[in-house]
Amino acid sequence: MGSFSIFPPRASVGAAEVDALYAFLLLVGCGMTALIFACVCFFAIKYRRRSADDRPKAIHGSVPLEIAWSVIPFLIMLVMFGWGTRLYFQNYTPPRRGTLDIYVTGKQWMWKVQYPDGQREINELHVPTGRAVKLTLASEDVIHSFYIPAFRLKHDVVPGSYQTFWFEPTKPGRYHIFCAEYCGTNHSRMIGWVTVMDPARYATWLAGGGTGETMAALGEKVFEQYGCVTCHVMDRQGRCPSLRDVFGKPVQLSDGRTVLADEPYIRESILNPNAKIVKGYHPNVMPVFQGQIAEEPLLQLIVYIKSLSAPSGAPSTSQEVSK
Amino acid sequence: MSTTLPHPDLGVQTNYLTADYGWKSWLFTTDHKRIALLYLFSITAFFFVGGAFAVMMRINLLSPNGVFAHDTYNKLFTMHGVIMVFFFLVPSIPATLGNFLIPPMIGARDLAFPRINLLSWYIYIAGGVLALSAIVRGGVDTGWTFYAPFSSTYSNTHVILAAMGVFVAGFSSILTGLNFIITIHTMRAPGMYWSRLPLFVWGHYATALIQVLATPVLAITLFLLGLERVLHTGIFDPNLGGDPVLFQHLFWFYSHPAVYIMILPGMAVMSELIACFSRKAIFGYGFVAFSSVAIAVLGFLVWGHHLFVAGQSMYASMVFSFISFLVAVPSAIKVFNWTATMYQGSISYETPMLYAFGFIGLFTIGGLTGLFLATMAIDVHVTDTYFVIAHFHYVMVGGMVMAYLGGIHFWFPKISGRLYPESWAKFAALVIFVGFNLTFFPQFILGYLGMPRRYATYAEEFHVLNVMSTAGASILGFGYLIPMIYLAWAWRYGPKSPQNPWHAKGLEWEQSPTPPPTFNFIEPPIVTEPAYNYAGSDKEASLG
Amino acid sequence: MAESDVALQRPSELRHHFDDVVQQREASTLGMWAFLATEVLFFGGMFCAYTIYRSAYHGAFESTSQFMNVTIGGINTGVLICSSLTMALAVRAAQLGQKKPLIWLLILTLVLGGVFLGLKGVEYHEKYVEHHVPGPGFRYAEAQYAHQAELLFFLYFAMTGLHALHMIVGAGLITTLIVMAARNRFSAGWYTPVDMIGLYWHFVDIVWIFLFPLLYLIGHTK
Repeated sequence: MGSFSIFPPRASVGAAEVDALYAFLLLVGCGMTALIFACVCFFAIKYRRRSADDRPKAIHGSVPLEIAWSVIPFLIMLVMFGWGTRLYFQNYTPPRRGTLDIYVTGKQWMWKVQYPDGQREINELHVPTGRAVKLTLASEDVIHSFYIPAFRLKHDVVPGSYQTFWFEPTKPGRYHIFCAEYCGTNHSRMIGWVTVMDPARYATWLAGGGTGETMAALGEKVFEQYGCVTCHVMDRQGRCPSLRDVFGKPVQLSDGRTVLADEPYIRESILNPNAKIVKGYHPNVMPVFQGQIAEEPLLQLIVYIKSLSAPSGAPSTSQEVSK
Repeated sequence: MSTTLPHPDLGVQTNYLTADYGWKSWLFTTDHKRIALLYLFSITAFFFVGGAFAVMMRINLLSPNGVFAHDTYNKLFTMHGVIMVFFFLVPSIPATLGNFLIPPMIGARDLAFPRINLLSWYIYIAGGVLALSAIVRGGVDTGWTFYAPFSSTYSNTHVILAAMGVFVAGFSSILTGLNFIITIHTMRAPGMYWSRLPLFVWGHYATALIQVLATPVLAITLFLLGLERVLHTGIFDPNLGGDPVLFQHLFWFYSHPAVYIMILPGMAVMSELIACFSRKAIFGYGFVAFSSVAIAVLGFLVWGHHLFVAGQSMYASMVFSFISFLVAVPSAIKVFNWTATMYQGSISYETPMLYAFGFIGLFTIGGLTGLFLATMAIDVHVTDTYFVIAHFHYVMVGGMVMAYLGGIHFWFPKISGRLYPESWAKFAALVIFVGFNLTFFPQFILGYLGMPRRYATYAEEFHVLNVMSTAGASILGFGYLIPMIYLAWAWRYGPKSPQNPWHAKGLEWEQSPTPPPTFNFIEPPIVTEPAYNYAGSDKEASLG
Repeated sequence: MAESDVALQRPSELRHHFDDVVQQREASTLGMWAFLATEVLFFGGMFCAYTIYRSAYHGAFESTSQFMNVTIGGINTGVLICSSLTMALAVRAAQLGQKKPLIWLLILTLVLGGVFLGLKGVEYHEKYVEHHVPGPGFRYAEAQYAHQAELLFFLYFAMTGLHALHMIVGAGLITTLIVMAARNRFSAGWYTPVDMIGLYWHFVDIVWIFLFPLLYLIGHTK
C-alpha cells in the first residue's frame, strides 16, 4: 500500500499551480479555523460561569475591531481572488497556435475521441508530454463534463455549443477521465483513461494507429454531401464568402463587429447562419442546418475548413509531432 | 419594565396548548404557535424521509461497485436532495421557531396575517404530497437541480410531479416570508425600535426578503421546465434552438439565495443562544444586524459561481467570483462577533450552547471551504466532486441543523412548558458532532482526489474514505434519533418548566408566560431597554 | 380586565391581533405591495428568457412579428387602461362610502376585463388556425426559422397566458368584491379589500403595458 496523499497525481503544468493555490488556501483556512477554535475554547474555559450571580459587564462593540476583522480577511481574499482568476484564465485560454487539437464527443454514456489523423478511440485519450493539447468538446445529447483530476481540469460539455480547454502534460502515466455532470443511468460508468506518453512513444503509437481517413478528408465528404460546395466553391455570383484562409483569422461582420473565426464561430455559421452575417453579404441566403448534422460529422466538417487555411507556424496536427 | 404575570401557583392558567382541544382546533387554528407545531411535526417527518434516503445512499457507497442498481441510486440522491432542500431546510427554522417566536419577541399577539399563515402550512403539505407521490410512483432521477436537457427531454421519471411539488411548496415559503416582513414592519410593540429588535428577528427579516424575492424565479423556472417537458417547444433544447445553460442561470438565480434562506435563520438562532449562555449582549449588535441584510442582498449577485465550468463567459465568472468573496465578509463578521461576545462573559455549557459551539466551528469550516469554491482555478478542479458535497453539508448540517437543534432545545421549555433531560441531550449533541465530522470530513479529501458527485460506483482508490464516511453516517443517524426519543418523552413526562429556566432576556422569556397563552401576553408589553440587556437593569427581570 | 371594555370600542372589522385600524390597514397595504414585488420577479424570469432569445434570434423574431395582431393588441391595451380607470374610480367610490357607484364601477371593470379576455381568445384562435400554437400541430411558412419561431411563439403564449391567468384570478376577486359590496360590507371607514384588489388590478395592467410593446410593437413591419 503506497503512501497516502491528499493530492491526486500531478500530470500537467497547470496542475502544480492549482495545488500551490490550494495549499495556500488550506494554510489560510486552517489558520483561521485554528484561531476561532482557540478563541472559543479559551474563552469558554476562562470565562466559564462560576456562580449563578455572575453579571458580566456589557461590551457593546468596537468599530476599529470590526473594521480590522473585515478588511484584513478581505485583503487575504483578494489574494485568493487574484491568483485564482489569473490561473483560471490561463488554464481556460488555449494558446492561439501550435496546439495539438483533439476532438471529444460525449454521449450517454461514453466519450468518443477523434484525432485529426483519423484515429478514433472510445473512453481513451492519448497525449504526448511537452505539447499544448487543445480539446474541443461536444455533446450529442445532455450536458456532460469532461474531467481529468490529474490535470486539475474539467469543463462541462454542453449540447448545442463547443467548449474547449487545454493542458500541457508533463508526466507519463495513465490517469482517470470522469464524467462530472450527472447525465443519467450510467453517469458513474462514463469514465475512461488518458494515457500520457513521452513524444517518441507517442509517435510510435500514432504510427500504429488505424488506417481510417483523416478528419479533414471525412469532413470534405460531408461538405459535398450537404451541398456546401455548390455555393462556397462553385458559386460565381458572390452569394457566399470563400472558406479559404478563413479559420483562425478575424472576420468583419455586417453590423460592424469583428469576431475570430474559431471552432464555435464556424459551428454557429453552419447551424444558425443568420446570427452573424459577413460584411458584404446578405441574410437568409444560406440554409439553416440546425438539427440536420450530428456532432461528429460537424466536427469533421470544421477540421476540413481548418485545413483550408494555411498552417500558421507551429505544427497543428499530430502528424507533425513525429518530426 | 413592569411585569404583571400572575404567580404560576395561583390557579390553572390556560395556555395555547390547553385553550382548545380536538383535531379541528389544530387543523383550523390561526394561532401562530399551533401552526408552528404543525410545521414542526411535518418538517420532522420529511427530515427522516430524506434521512432514510441518505442512509441508503451511504450503504450503496460502502462498496466501489455499489449495492443498488444505478437507476435506484440516481433516484435516491435526487429525492434526498429535493426533500432535504425544499421540504426540510428552507422551511425549518422560519416555519417552526420563526412562526412561534417572532410575535412574542416583538411584543405582538400574532403574525400580521394569521389565516395566510395557516394557508401556507396547507400549501406546504400539498407540495409535500405531490413530491411524495413522485417518490411513491417510482421516483425522480434528475438530481435536485433538474438540469436541462436531461430533465426536460431525456429523463423517464416523474419530473413534472416532483417539480410541481417544489413549485407549490415555494408558495408556502413566499407567504411565510411575506407574513414576517409585514409583521416586523407594522406590529412591533411600543418602544421596540428596529435597533432594539432581537437579532433573531433581524435574521428572519433578511431571510424573508430573500424568500419573497427569489422564490418566484424558481417558480417560473419550474413552470417553463414543465411546459418544455410536455410541449417540447425548445426553450432549453439545443436541437430546437434553445439554450440549456439558460436553465442553469434561472435555476441558480433562486437557488443560490436559497442557501442564504437556509443559513440566515440558523445564524439568527446563534445570536440568541450565545448572548444568553454568555450572559452578555452580542458584541457588535449593529454589525451583526447589518451583516444579515448584507448577506441577503449580496446573495442575489453570486449565482454565476455555479457556472464557472459551464461555458459562462470568463469575465462574467470573474465578477461572480469577486462578489462571492465579498459575501463571505459579513458571514465572517458574524462569527467574529459571536466569539467576541464570549470574551469576559459568563459561559455555561447547557445543550443549546454546545450546539452553538458546534455551529461556530463547523460553519467556520464550511464557510472557509466556500472560499475554495469561489477561487475559480480551484473550483474548476473540485466542482461537481465530493468537495462541494462536503462544503454544503458542513454549512447546512454542521451549521443549520445544529442551530435548529440548539434552538429547539433552548425554546423547548417555552413551547412545551416542560424541561428536557439535560444529560441525554448533551450526549446526543456529542454523538451528532462526532458522527457528522466522521461522515463529511473525508469527503473534502475525496473531492480533491477527484471523486465526482452523483456516482453510484467509484474508482477503487476512493474506497477507504467512503467506508469512513458511511461509518460516520451511521453514528450521525443514531445521534439524530436520540433527541426524537427524549424530546417526545419530555413533552409528556418532563418536569414542568419555570417561567424562564435560562434567565434569558427577551420579551418571549420575560413577559410571556411559559407556555404562552393564545395571545402571548397578559398585558401589552412596552419596551424600555435595548436587546440583550444582561448587564443593565436594577432588578432581576425574570420570574422563577 | 381591560380587554372586554376595549372590545366594545373595537370596530368589527378590526382583527384581534391588531391594535387599531390604522395598523391593520398599514399591514394590508404593505402586504399587497410585497406580494406584487413577488409577482414582478415571477414575470421577470420570463421577460428575461424572452429578451435573451429575441436578441439571439433577431431574424426569426422579425419574421414572427408580422403575425402579431397589433389591432387586437392595441384595442386590448385601451380596454385594460380603461378598466384600471374604472377600478380607481371604484376605490374612490368606496372611500366616499358610495355603494351604488362602487358596484357599478366594479361591474364595469369586470366587463372590460371580460372584453380583454374575449379578444385574447379571438387572437389565440387566430394563432390556432394559422398553426402557430407550439406543439405537434405547429407549422411555420419560413422553414428556416421554424424551430426558432416555435420557441418565440411559445414565449408569446406563456407570457400572455400567464398574464391572462392573472386577469382571470383578478376577475374572480372583483366578483367577490361586488358580492361583498352588495351585502353592505364596505363603508368609508373600511374598504381595504377594494383598495388591495385595486392595487392588484393595476399591477396586472402594468404587466400588459410592458408585454404589448415588447411582443407586438417592436419589430413589427406591417
